[in-house]
Amino acid sequence: MQTPPAEQTKARNVDERSVADARHDRFFHGVLKFSALLVLATLLGAALSTLWGGREVLFGQGLHFLTSNAWNPVEDDYGAVAPVFGTLVTSLIALVLAVPVSFGIALFITEIAPAWMRGPVSAAIELLAGIPSIIFGMWGLFVFVPFMSRIEPALSATLGKLPLVGKLFQGPPLGLGLLTAGIVLAVMILPFISSVMREVFQTVPTRLKESSYALGSSTWEVVWDIVLPYTRSAVIGGIFLGLGRALGETMAVTFVLGNSYNITSSLLMPGTSISSSIANEFNEAVGTHRSALIALGFVLFLVTFVVLLIARLMLRQLVKREGK
Amino acid sequence: MLTSTKSRIAMIVAASLFSVAAAQATDITGAGSSFVYPVVTKWSAAYAAKTGNQVNYQSIGSGGGIAQIKAGTVDFGASDMPLDSATLAKFGLGQFPDVIGGIVPAFNVEGVAPGAMVLDGPTLADIYLGKITKWNDPALVKLNPGLKLPDLAITVVHRSDGSGTTFNFSDYLAKVSPEWKAKVGEGTAVQWPAGVGGKGNEGVSQYVRQIKGSIGYVEYAYALQNHIGYALMKNAAGKVVKPTIATFQAAADTADWKDAKDFNLVMTNAPGDTAWPITATSWVIMYKQPKDVAHSKVVFDFFKWSYEHGQEQARSLDYVPLPPSLVKQIEAYWASEYKM
Repeated sequence: MQTPPAEQTKARNVDERSVADARHDRFFHGVLKFSALLVLATLLGAALSTLWGGREVLFGQGLHFLTSNAWNPVEDDYGAVAPVFGTLVTSLIALVLAVPVSFGIALFITEIAPAWMRGPVSAAIELLAGIPSIIFGMWGLFVFVPFMSRIEPALSATLGKLPLVGKLFQGPPLGLGLLTAGIVLAVMILPFISSVMREVFQTVPTRLKESSYALGSSTWEVVWDIVLPYTRSAVIGGIFLGLGRALGETMAVTFVLGNSYNITSSLLMPGTSISSSIANEFNEAVGTHRSALIALGFVLFLVTFVVLLIARLMLRQLVKREGK
Repeated sequence: MLTSTKSRIAMIVAASLFSVAAAQATDITGAGSSFVYPVVTKWSAAYAAKTGNQVNYQSIGSGGGIAQIKAGTVDFGASDMPLDSATLAKFGLGQFPDVIGGIVPAFNVEGVAPGAMVLDGPTLADIYLGKITKWNDPALVKLNPGLKLPDLAITVVHRSDGSGTTFNFSDYLAKVSPEWKAKVGEGTAVQWPAGVGGKGNEGVSQYVRQIKGSIGYVEYAYALQNHIGYALMKNAAGKVVKPTIATFQAAADTADWKDAKDFNLVMTNAPGDTAWPITATSWVIMYKQPKDVAHSKVVFDFFKWSYEHGQEQARSLDYVPLPPSLVKQIEAYWASEYKM
């Protein structure tokens, strides 16, 4: 008994389609895999080429490059300690200032602000993210540095007198320096952190919040005990997104950091960062000097990697504690 | 009046027709020092209008310029640091100066007018070494007996980027201060014992204007345009001189070019009575036996033209044309060293 031709065709069509689908799926799979691997390959390529470019100072002198705070283009004696110090300190200041403020902004927009205010405030913060860093640099140099040099004597006279932290705020009122750079960086990374926080705060089910309010919680208690634990990993992710940006920021920092290879206890003193050293000196650097700058680029890779690794570990610890 | 205008127009028309007809336009390329970039660009426009030959100059930094000419990818390189004769001989290169510029110490001290302060080399070196830290230091008071100097901390401002300006400035300090020579030395970038770094001439002038009690060093043009207080200097002859085109030229005139093989001489601390002590030049570097002879001929023609006719353009940008005595030596060098 033969099946009617119409049904046969239909069956064949289905067969063909499933074959075609499978082929498309494989193709799509391949494209996705390729895209993901491309990112990895680019990253690895960039890391390896900086390693290769900086081999003269990285391998030629043992650990000297990583442990020395000299930076002497005349003698060709280079060390990465001062730029690494400047990078970490300015980024740390930026985080300390930007995280609480971002948290406040996100909280205000999602929980407290009346509906008509949410749009404009969110838009303003996103606009802040769109300002090119060179503009921040120029604003920093022409507006913020003179302002800082006016208030720094007051900082030294008040905070500088405190025990322990006093040392951080003593120094000449140059207006330039680690603190100024940290504050400018804080303004720059603020929109990134607050955007992420706002987005994830909105994902908290209203049910949970309402229940908590029903049990008599204040707004603060709802935020601290319900919203934050619910969104913790995303919030930390947002903070590290901001940190990553702060570590690599170049132009704005170059303008206000003072560009001097210093390691000081005072935040009012000038310093330098990895990326601003590279931006400053690359043009005229030849031979060992250029190698040292490329090696600095590799060190920035390392620093960013280590910082992100620490973030991951912290996150894992948090998740573990959640189980208990 | 009318006829003279008419005849001038006729002349211009004739000249332009002539140049269009005569010139088999050749485009030459150069790369290097950012110090000469503004003036070379201006010369290039005027030269192109006259001859039809384009000079494309890329300001990629002196180090880059030297690398490019060694690789033979450009027709000429320009560097703020001279190459030594051994290196030149090894690559078959020759070099000669093109234009002069002055570097001036700029300061920001309230109540002290521009040009009122006098500095000398050793004092400037001690300030940059971080040994003199107050404006009323005895060394400064001694140099400026008539001036009321405040009890104000000195903030040293230097360049954060590598530059020919820094090379000439540190070279001068190394010549006048043995301690500077031993501790810091000279180069386009050095290990600064003190102070803050500004990016470019504009960065340094901005910092000097903003920070009270600061001192920096900038190219002459930046000090003029930004109305920063500049200092007078006591030169090698012990005379106090003002930074002007005349004193820059005096430095180039009295510097000992005759004994400097391949013009390998940094003319800071020049001996003349009226010589400004921190005067700088930059060098054009070319192959003695170029791959492309036609291109090299145009390069020589361009610089010959710039020595003879480019003076106005140079002055308008506050550069200083080479003195005639030096131009003569350069032309003799061309004739003897470049065989074409």
